[in-house]
Amino acid sequence: MHKKMAFSFPDEVLEHVFSFIQSDKDRNSVSMVCKSWYEIERYCRRKVFVGNCYAVSPRMVIRRFPEFRSIELKGKPHFADFNLVPDGWGGYVFPWIAEMAGALPWLEEIKLKRMVVTDESLELIAKSFKNFKVLVLSSCEGFSTDGLAAIAATCKNLKELDLRDCEGDDLGWHWLSYFPDTYTSLVSLNISCLGSDEVSFSALERLVGRCTNLRTLRLNRAVPLDKIANILRHAPQLVEFGTGSYTADLRPDIYSDLAGAFSSCKELKSLSGFWDVVPAYLPAIYPVCSKLTSLNLSYATLQSSDLIKLVSHCPNLQRLLVLDYIEDSGLEALASICNDLQELRVFPSDPFGVEPNVSLTEQGLVAVSSGCPKLQSVLYFCRQMSNEALVTIAKNRPNFTRFRLCIIEPTTADYLTLEPLDVGFGAIVQYCKDLQRLSLSGLLTDRVFEYIGTYAKKLEMLSIAFAGDGDLGLHHVLSGCESLRKLEIRDCPFGDKALLANAEKLETMRSLWMSSCAVSFGACKLLGQKMPRLNVEVIDERGPPDSRPESCPVDKLYIYRTLVGPRFDMPPFVWTMEDDPSLQQLSRANLM
Amino acid sequence: MVNGGSESGSICSVSREDNMAVSSEDSSSPDESELELGLGLSLGGGSKMHQASKCGQYARILTAQDFPSSSPSPSSSSSSFSLSRANVTAGTKRTADSVAAAANGSCQVVGWPPIRAYRMNSMVNQAKASFTEGFNSTTMENRRKETSMVENSTIGSYHSSGNTNASRTSLFVKVKMDGIPIGRKVDLNASESYEKLAKSLEEMFPETAPGANPAGSTARQHDVTNKTTRHSKLLDGSSDFVLTYEDKEGDWMLVGDVPWEMFRSLVKRLRIMRKSEAAGLAPGSEARNQRQRRKPM
Repeated sequence: MHKKMAFSFPDEVLEHVFSFIQSDKDRNSVSMVCKSWYEIERYCRRKVFVGNCYAVSPRMVIRRFPEFRSIELKGKPHFADFNLVPDGWGGYVFPWIAEMAGALPWLEEIKLKRMVVTDESLELIAKSFKNFKVLVLSSCEGFSTDGLAAIAATCKNLKELDLRDCEGDDLGWHWLSYFPDTYTSLVSLNISCLGSDEVSFSALERLVGRCTNLRTLRLNRAVPLDKIANILRHAPQLVEFGTGSYTADLRPDIYSDLAGAFSSCKELKSLSGFWDVVPAYLPAIYPVCSKLTSLNLSYATLQSSDLIKLVSHCPNLQRLLVLDYIEDSGLEALASICNDLQELRVFPSDPFGVEPNVSLTEQGLVAVSSGCPKLQSVLYFCRQMSNEALVTIAKNRPNFTRFRLCIIEPTTADYLTLEPLDVGFGAIVQYCKDLQRLSLSGLLTDRVFEYIGTYAKKLEMLSIAFAGDGDLGLHHVLSGCESLRKLEIRDCPFGDKALLANAEKLETMRSLWMSSCAVSFGACKLLGQKMPRLNVEVIDERGPPDSRPESCPVDKLYIYRTLVGPRFDMPPFVWTMEDDPSLQQLSRANLM
Repeated sequence: MVNGGSESGSICSVSREDNMAVSSEDSSSPDESELELGLGLSLGGGSKMHQASKCGQYARILTAQDFPSSSPSPSSSSSSFSLSRANVTAGTKRTADSVAAAANGSCQVVGWPPIRAYRMNSMVNQAKASFTEGFNSTTMENRRKETSMVENSTIGSYHSSGNTNASRTSLFVKVKMDGIPIGRKVDLNASESYEKLAKSLEEMFPETAPGANPAGSTARQHDVTNKTTRHSKLLDGSSDFVLTYEDKEGDWMLVGDVPWEMFRSLVKRLRIMRKSEAAGLAPGSEARNQRQRRKPM
């Protein structure tokens, strides 16, 4: 007699239950309960997240989840953002599109980060997926507006086209005219990264005018201020808006036009853009400020007094990106006005100046940590820091989940005591028990890593630069941080020992990046040989690493876990550490 | 399978118990002779123990005692890497992207401070706007937003809105060579003339000028005499390749047709083209090439 399990429901019921479970982690847990749940779950998984496009092959993903509608893929390592990954490293999306084109005709969403997206890929997307709705390209490159034209012309159900911080070839705005006149489904358009001056305002206005569901519109710098009023009038329902160049000759008619247009936008919650900002035009946005929850002024070269004035109109801010022109005084004002603030990013206006050009110090961060009880995510560039301040900040704000501090000059000590900042960062990890992401800077010894290894149990991503004394530091991190997924290190004296002693740990992480450290070629080879489920890639533009002694340190090292072995699209300056030398030949073939 | 203990299969995270077990073993049994494992793995049976012997230093399970005690100074005692400021440049790639002697004297490093290239572009272009003279013919004031093409590096300081100090900016443009899939970037501001630019490119793409550089040199040439005594093959026509650039109007032109300063403000990107393909171009000509469908790398 068949023994029926107590919870043996028909598949449809389980599917329905599973449909309420959205997060990948939970879905993964569900699939591990038993074989039948595994089977049911895989057919009804609709969203797939692949944190490293080389960890798995598209075919494997499709085989496991044959019916997904949305995929998110990430390519290059994070340090590619700072030019540490040479051109041509990889991260091509085309093979993924090609595989999905045949197998998943109902694919709706593609979200890519740090990948190379060619026009051919965009054209294939347009051609293959009849119900395509969402394209988000974040920090991608390789495409031009020709590819966008293909998307515009073909994807009748497109809702979202979001190009964030991409490097696309902007060949002019005619691609916008490729949206048919019958097309009205646009909900979100972000073209802030496109560079061309050849703007077609009429095409833009017509598009905006007929897409009555448009909620997000982020323009690029080419759109002048005097055109914005018209655009806003076509779309008073906007929730998120990014201006273009926020400058014009001072004329009362332009001003009143603009102010009137903004006042008609009753739903606006987020503003960005503000390139080339002229302070006289800022009050035009005051009517919407009280409802703003997100404000990106990180391109706005406003002085502290103007910033304070603006911020004082925005008591409901939850997210603020700003340049260090805001200074300590501005941050103190922010702390007293914006009690709902959750995320703050302060960027440097003059990162290479030797002397500070603004009065922004650790005090600003202390003030915000004290006055904003909900603050959980910080990115802060400054020139001086003290252990005392960091301890205060940690005690004020134990709810930090993301803490990224960049003291601009490498190995800067505590300016009060001239000691390393170990104790300060130690306090951060000790008090902020839910810390998920941490970036270190300043003068740091192995002691800070001891603290991190001891306390940072929820830490998932750690960025280290110019820190530590030796292998012990790395050993603390690898052996202590249980939740670590991504570790990126540059210019630290970490060598072979800690890496090899913690080799197994690397299989529990997504990836490890080490550049300008002291890991020898011999150690890389050993690691590659011993750990078949890791890809150990050496990036060295000086030439083949085996033309130098094995004890020579490699330039850059990128290690990631993978189910599919070495990749086949490596450029000539990337070497994979393999078991089988003949396999290495094969991997180096340039099959782009 | 080297890792006996961990499970395989799904993309879910691999069990961490193995790693923890190894760590605890570390502290309790530092006996060298029994545990000659190269990688701190619990191989549970002593297989492959002697792989590590070729690199003798990896031959033991390591305990905390093996690691040097921390000292406040940033220099390492366990490895030969020393973190003095001068050495920050050692090991970074020696191309136009690498550290240049900064005009303002502080040590400039690739990718530091960690600011995204996209943001750097925008900031520099904002500052540049107040310095640019109009070279264009359009009615709109030329605020060139070359965010897609011209990339300004982290080297050198740029003009911020209040700062008129004339420190050197970097002006990276992409350069692609026919037949080579990998594009590169070159800093135009590091070259003060066409000759210097061409020579930098010849170093970056040695195929353009075979035999021009002494054998074995892949590092940046600091030898001034070498540079000045030899004319650039790219420019004098003796190479199989010619140097071309795309200007703001989208036209491809032969490099060298306008004064250097003007060139710098016009150029969007460079292409080292085979001579045979460059037939349609002539200095000063505005022959409109077929729109390049090449994608920037």
